[in-house]
Amino acid sequence: MTCSLLDCGTVEERDFEMSDFEGTVARWCPGCGDHAVLSSVQRLLADERLPPEQTVFVSGIGCSSRFPHYLNTYGFHGIHGRALPLATGMKLVRPDLHTFVVMGDGDCCSIGAAHWVHAIRYNVDMVVILLDNNIYGLTKKQTSPTTPQGFGTNTQPRGSYLPALDPLSVTLGVTNASFVAQTADWAPGHLYETLRAAYRHRGFSFVRVLQRCPVWTLSIFRTAVQQPQMTELLLHEDGIGDDGTSQLYKNHLSHDPADLDRARALARAGDRVRLGLFFHDPTRPRYDALRALPVHTAEERIATLNEELDRYAV
Amino acid sequence: MSTRSPVSVTDASAPGAIRVREHAVEVVSDSGEGAQKCGQFFGAISAKLGNGVWTVEIIPAEIQPPARTPSGASGVRIRIGSGAVTNWGDHADLVVAFNEQVLLARHRCDALAPGAIVLIESMWAEHHDERIRAQWQAAMTELASGGYRIVPVPMEQECLEIVDNARRGKNMFVLGLLAAIYDRDLDRVRAQIELGFEKKSEAIRAANIQLMERGAAWAREHLGLRVEIETVASDHDLVVMNGNQALGMGAIAAGFDFCAMYPITPATSVSHYLADVFDTVGGTLHQAEDEIAAIGAAIGASYAGKVAFTVTSGPGLALKTEFIGLAVMTEVPLVIVNVQRGGPSTGLPTKVEQSDLLAAMFGQPGDVPKVVMAPATIEECFHCMVTARRIAETFRCVVVILSDANLATGVQPFPRPQLDVEWQARRPDLSPVSERARPFDWDDRTGLSRRIIPGQPGGMHTLTGLIHDEDSKVSYAPGVNERACSMRSRKMAVLQQTLEPPRVHGAETGRLLIVGWGSTRGAIEEAVDRAREEGLAVSALHMRFLSPLEPGLKDIFRRFDQVLTVEINYSDKPDDPFVTDENRRRGQLCFVLRAQTLVDVDCWTRVPGEPLRPGRILTEIRSRIGEGVER
Repeated sequence: MTCSLLDCGTVEERDFEMSDFEGTVARWCPGCGDHAVLSSVQRLLADERLPPEQTVFVSGIGCSSRFPHYLNTYGFHGIHGRALPLATGMKLVRPDLHTFVVMGDGDCCSIGAAHWVHAIRYNVDMVVILLDNNIYGLTKKQTSPTTPQGFGTNTQPRGSYLPALDPLSVTLGVTNASFVAQTADWAPGHLYETLRAAYRHRGFSFVRVLQRCPVWTLSIFRTAVQQPQMTELLLHEDGIGDDGTSQLYKNHLSHDPADLDRARALARAGDRVRLGLFFHDPTRPRYDALRALPVHTAEERIATLNEELDRYAV
Repeated sequence: MSTRSPVSVTDASAPGAIRVREHAVEVVSDSGEGAQKCGQFFGAISAKLGNGVWTVEIIPAEIQPPARTPSGASGVRIRIGSGAVTNWGDHADLVVAFNEQVLLARHRCDALAPGAIVLIESMWAEHHDERIRAQWQAAMTELASGGYRIVPVPMEQECLEIVDNARRGKNMFVLGLLAAIYDRDLDRVRAQIELGFEKKSEAIRAANIQLMERGAAWAREHLGLRVEIETVASDHDLVVMNGNQALGMGAIAAGFDFCAMYPITPATSVSHYLADVFDTVGGTLHQAEDEIAAIGAAIGASYAGKVAFTVTSGPGLALKTEFIGLAVMTEVPLVIVNVQRGGPSTGLPTKVEQSDLLAAMFGQPGDVPKVVMAPATIEECFHCMVTARRIAETFRCVVVILSDANLATGVQPFPRPQLDVEWQARRPDLSPVSERARPFDWDDRTGLSRRIIPGQPGGMHTLTGLIHDEDSKVSYAPGVNERACSMRSRKMAVLQQTLEPPRVHGAETGRLLIVGWGSTRGAIEEAVDRAREEGLAVSALHMRFLSPLEPGLKDIFRRFDQVLTVEINYSDKPDDPFVTDENRRRGQLCFVLRAQTLVDVDCWTRVPGEPLRPGRILTEIRSRIGEGVER
């Protein structure tokens, strides 16, 4: 195919298998929801024909953040809570890189909460996956901001004191949010479709994945997994659809993802589990697009700088 | 160079001209009255005429503290001379004060030379408010001890002839006074006003020029005082700017095109400069949501193949700690500019200190070898950016540049840099790498390795802050951590071997060697020169690289009876209560030199919240190696 816009001649379109994206063998626990997300991501990368060398996964710290190691792309396994600043800086100077960020609930909603809020507003083009297992897993069962009230942990053994923080409400509450979706590791079709829609959105695509931790929080998700009637699917012609998921989950709710007020109301789910695209606005300003760098040669830079020095000349 | 200016007039209003080799002028006002703008213009004009210049800003931490209070004094000192001026000197010879309270502030910190000429706004003496008149009287009584020659100037009254709000105009009126006293070419002064207010309206520029002209005319009519300082045109093309502008411009010259920062005094004006010119020259200034995000974005950009830097000051450096560790661990090149201020904590945001050396060297948990360097002059602020980028890229390492508040706002002329296209960054190399290429293919001897960046086919790997092997694979196998640590550390030894030994200022041997770093160089070398004129066997050594240290120090130290660091950071005095040789906490460079050389290096450090005065260093030299013979 010819890429006339960039005048870079013929670009060879390559085909990939899921296996082309396999890194080292995943070391998550058997039954961990992260395995399903990894598979969906590998399928997405192959289907969307993303060259491994043009794709970067950035993560923080925690079970979720081992994600890049298990992929054969570029990856940056950073520090706790700080994946988003790394990805922001990277994307600002290299818009050609397909950028994915993987975080856990402690990572994103606790220690990295400030970056989360501001990254939503920057609306830099990246897929942001929150693997929300409601617990600190790698450090062995401490309360996270999304731990349900009353759920006992090693730091709050008599039960979490406060109502859980709702990542969807927070994201939808931030100025300039552009893509907010929720899916679950146990609904693989829906998971895949959600990631694909997120990838195809140009902007900050926030996907919260409800993710089972087989060791610490299996009980939290048990009802949702075993009783499909607890789940409501948000459906719309502009939303996320998957036939298999729609057949399994019979509660369907029509929701136009352009409707931000209703999205915010729906995010307050009570004891329901709502999966689907809550909000989507492709017209929101993107900081990376606004700050796109014009190309200057070294000679041009020197010439401009010499003019600048003239202003300070004695 | 003598700092005692032979002011021979007895009455500044009487006709009379003095000829001096140098003079120090202070302009002090309430915040918002523009004393600094006036001083900056005067300094720039003097530099353009061929004088040596050094300026120091006196800045309160607030934007508009209460008016007419000593603590709110805002101003600038401009020291000008026939030859090069390398520091702010000891005392001001001429002061222009917008009220008597800000003058008191300078008097109380011994900033004025005995008998200094003081031009002061006269409106307060006859003010309708009785309390203000009383304050004036009290101030004059207190000021009497200085023996100053005080000349009242009706600034307000004169300015009101031209503008409605004299607060907005006095500074240019004062610029006119100074222009007349120091015989500055008024066309130069007008040109400087045009340049300095180029973003303002034509009407504002015109009013400011009128104010300046009125000031000059008033001085010619009412003041006999003229100060002549010989100007010697330089052989070089010169530029004149402050240290933060030099850092910003140096960054562009060095090929940086990404700077991520968060506002913090006194570093922020680097970003103001870049915000102004990056768009034209091709670069991004990213104001991040916090200090941590700023360094994170810089690391992300650098990881992706662009050379990036971040600018901060002490509290920000503290917040960046964890990310610095990550950059070192993943060997992502990074330059961190730390414009030091007084600490700890919020400390003295607008005042100079050199207290971040140990934090820069050792501030992170774990073994975090990195390069620390310190510019000593405005010119070095420019060129250190070029050096820092080269080192960061070649050694895949973190380079911390320690500037300070004195350099940040100090203005000094220096030879115009000859820009080199080779300093510019090449576009990221996205060529394929062999499947066998490793992200950390450390050379066993040097620790150096090739950097592979995203976009290079075949080079896929995941960087990680966890201990990793040559393939960037997490590994807790025996020996892996030992090897990775040694490879990161080895790079510092290799770099050290490429450095030149520092040059001794003065004789190669002697009784006392003074060692300094950063912005104190000018004051130290002036003190040493004056001491040597008195016949004292003292020399100076100035360090540019603090980590790794420049080579040859032990050999140099051995040639002197005593080695003494002079620094602007805290140390216990040897005779303080409870302080012994064993428990004494020493200056930061002193600490490092003792550890690295096993020489019994002593220190003389002060934290006055202002630059060091050469005269005080001279006093310390005399007390250590005896009074010399006055020539």
